[in-house]
Amino acid sequence: MKRLLSEYGSVLVLLALCAYYSAVTVGPYHPVSPGAGRKLARTILDDCGAGAQVLIAIRKTAGDRRFAEAIRQELETHGGNVVQTVEGSAAEVRQALETIAQSGARLQAVATHHPGSEWGPLREQRLAEWGQRFPGLQGLRVYKPRSYPWPSFFTRQNLLNVVNQNAAVAIIAIGMTMVIITAGIDLSVGSLLALSAVLTAVSIQTWGGGAGAGTPAILACCLLGVGVCGLCGAFSGVMVTYFRVPAFIVTLSLMMLARGLAFIIAVRYQSWLAGGTTEGTPEAVRVEAPSFVTLGNGSLVGIPNPVWLMVLLYILAHVVMTRTSLGRYIYAVGGNAEAARLSGVPVFGVLILVYALCGVLTGLSGIVDASRFSGGRPSAGNMYELQVIAAVVVGGTSLAGGEGRIFGTLIGALIIAVIQNGLNMAGVTSYEQMVVFGLLILLAVLLDQLKKHTWRRRG
Amino acid sequence: MTGDAPDVRHPLLVMRGIEKTYPGVRALRGVDLQLRAGEVLALVGENGAGKSTLIKILGGALRFDAGSIEIGGRPVHFRGPLAAQQAGISIIYQEFNLVPALTARENIFLGREPRRFSWLPIAQERRRSRELFQRIGVAIDPETPCRDLTVAEQQVVEIAKALSQQARVVVMDEPSAALSPRETEHLFAVIRELKSQGIGVIYISHRLSEVFEIADRVMVLRDGAHVGMRPIGELSRDRIIEMMVGRTLDTEFPKQAARIGPPRLVVNDLRRGRAVRGVSFEVRRGEVVTLTGLVGAGRTETARLIFGADRRDGGTIALDGRTLRLSSPRDAIAAGICLLTEDRKSQGLVLSRSVQENFSLPNMNRFAPWGLLRARRECAALESFVNPLQIKLTGRKQAAATLSGGNQQKIVLAKWLARDAEVVIFDEPTRGIDVGAKYEIYLLINRLAAQGKAVLMISSELPEVLGMGDRILVMHDGRITGEIADVAGATQEQIMELAVR
Repeated sequence: MKRLLSEYGSVLVLLALCAYYSAVTVGPYHPVSPGAGRKLARTILDDCGAGAQVLIAIRKTAGDRRFAEAIRQELETHGGNVVQTVEGSAAEVRQALETIAQSGARLQAVATHHPGSEWGPLREQRLAEWGQRFPGLQGLRVYKPRSYPWPSFFTRQNLLNVVNQNAAVAIIAIGMTMVIITAGIDLSVGSLLALSAVLTAVSIQTWGGGAGAGTPAILACCLLGVGVCGLCGAFSGVMVTYFRVPAFIVTLSLMMLARGLAFIIAVRYQSWLAGGTTEGTPEAVRVEAPSFVTLGNGSLVGIPNPVWLMVLLYILAHVVMTRTSLGRYIYAVGGNAEAARLSGVPVFGVLILVYALCGVLTGLSGIVDASRFSGGRPSAGNMYELQVIAAVVVGGTSLAGGEGRIFGTLIGALIIAVIQNGLNMAGVTSYEQMVVFGLLILLAVLLDQLKKHTWRRRG
Repeated sequence: MTGDAPDVRHPLLVMRGIEKTYPGVRALRGVDLQLRAGEVLALVGENGAGKSTLIKILGGALRFDAGSIEIGGRPVHFRGPLAAQQAGISIIYQEFNLVPALTARENIFLGREPRRFSWLPIAQERRRSRELFQRIGVAIDPETPCRDLTVAEQQVVEIAKALSQQARVVVMDEPSAALSPRETEHLFAVIRELKSQGIGVIYISHRLSEVFEIADRVMVLRDGAHVGMRPIGELSRDRIIEMMVGRTLDTEFPKQAARIGPPRLVVNDLRRGRAVRGVSFEVRRGEVVTLTGLVGAGRTETARLIFGADRRDGGTIALDGRTLRLSSPRDAIAAGICLLTEDRKSQGLVLSRSVQENFSLPNMNRFAPWGLLRARRECAALESFVNPLQIKLTGRKQAAATLSGGNQQKIVLAKWLARDAEVVIFDEPTRGIDVGAKYEIYLLINRLAAQGKAVLMISSELPEVLGMGDRILVMHDGRITGEIADVAGATQEQIMELAVR
């Protein structure tokens, strides 16, 4: 039991947080799903009999269309008849009703959802008016799926959003976990993310062909952004190993260097766009190429692309850390670098590789960011290094090195994401959130110390 | 059960039926211990026999599962180290609990400053410390910072601290490990002084000669069980060893000469700074060469150069006639050289990681051919060493830090044996391990020689140097000052002569 708690304690914390926010955010939920649509159709058939004449009123969204389609299919297979499906808002519905009524056709029911039932022409007292004006609409009723209490936190959409918004941080956290396991630190990740985003965006706009950029050109530009970040990471690694500069100092200077470069490039680009006459402003480098924008905004089987990328990278990193010699080497270097060296571990090589990997993952996150915001923002990733380190620490990796798990970091990142989301929903301001996160990190480190203490007492 | 004659004096300390179980290991199985006032009880046993556990329980640092402790006839229950201290039990661990920057006086009274805000009673403390040092019979200025004291003096400060706390039982864990022979003599004088004041002393040591010199009674532990408690007069050295290991050892050094072939490792004019100044020698096939000398003679440094762990200023290393280009231990390992370092905790093992990971670390080329680990292969390889080396584990995933010293050494041995290297360098392989484990290591060295490996063993223990070497090299001040080929006719004096030249 004790072991279970220490190993999966963070998972329990995550579940508890989700449960808490679910409990707090319970409110009326108005379903607009195909399932709700089918149920609604059956209710209409029960009320109006097999020959029911129905109008479907929905908004112009993909989800609403699926809802309407489900109602139509269910009605028609059981003998009902959909007179018309109206997409839009109150005005369109009024017009449709008038047309139907003037044609003299009979209409018994309007199928819609909760937002639709709030539209003027479908309100209770207006329905009576319709009945008085047109005999065909007498006894017309509005049907909508039954609303029920459900936590707004615990909806598919919100949960996916939470993960999607934090995918970049979570991806960088993989690299940071490795760095911290080697008893190092990388403060440059936030700035490298911006550098990667800006470099990729600028190269797509200038050499890649701008809005009409093809996929190979975009890939090459992404590779450039990721590659530069990888080189920056390798540079940190070389400084840490061959030149014995503390990782904190190297990456601190790289943090400022990279941020400055990102701004310089962005400003020069804006100035170049304006024909070189003005000085340029530090705004985002817009990218219109559609294939680049879908990278970060598209989704596959309902799950956003960044989330897919994150999951894939976590699985890969988990395999590397637990099933490969590289993983063993990383843990050994962090646990006792001298013993590792005397056991034939190429300590310098491992360290440089780990910093380079952290850079590459940061570069990837930069591309995700640029794609989601349709442009490279030189201010992107501000303070990310702290969020990332927080995720790693909350995930149970020891800053002293030698211990930690990739899976733990994922949980850590999710805990932070969930707390952030919950605080946002509760309307807590961003500076108040900083206080909460400061306390959270403190608590995580404290728990880690307590865990170690009990371990030592037993040993 | 021990055959002791009933004593008229009331025992000072009685521990009865002490049981302690760690996850997977029964560390103590009903151990009894009696200590009378004014006697020295030697506690001996192999590493992992349960001595440390017993002492930690006595000191209140560990809880026990069953049994009882009585002091002066009254049962006691310790909630922590402080309670044990207040009951009159003082434990002097191998690593001292002194603050280097504070003076001897400050260390003695550390933690017992007056509670309320007031001036420290410095004059009074100074007088008390002088009295204490006088009582022990040592002249130490109470105002000397502890970092300026020798190890022996620091030990005296610890003892003074114990006395100042009205200790009735003083436990010393390997007190002579870091002392010179003269300092050890002095320690014994202090212990005799304690005895005469009616204090009971529990003395833990691997050095049996010391046990015979100082102890009144000997208690032997083996595998967490109480093997015997006898007056020293009834015991012989061999008898104690027999009780410790549970079998008789024919000889201390089971040397078996292997067939010696052509040179394998040839070192020529190796140099690094002032530590190693032109060292040349060779180790032949099937030969065990022992390298000795005083501390600081450059023995370990030479071994590290051969292993590529440090950069050399000059010199060549050849294996089987091929000159090696070594720039890192990785190169040396790949070439077939391995080094079992002296300090296993800081250099031999990654303590926070598991036994399996430590074992596999130098063998990744076998267990992870394309970078992907073959779990079954590495597991089987470790299993194949656990029984022959008698490694006691709760599981492969056990953290190396939780193993006893002897078992840690065996894991280090196993990971290098798995490499099947051609040249094996042992740096003080038997330091700090018990008689039984020493014997096993000697057997292992024999086996390596018989397989045609070249073995270089660094050791400071002259009987071991004489007992295990086919040839002896002596170093002094970075140079090889002598070579003794006729080991059978060599003496310790002859070696010392070369070592100080």
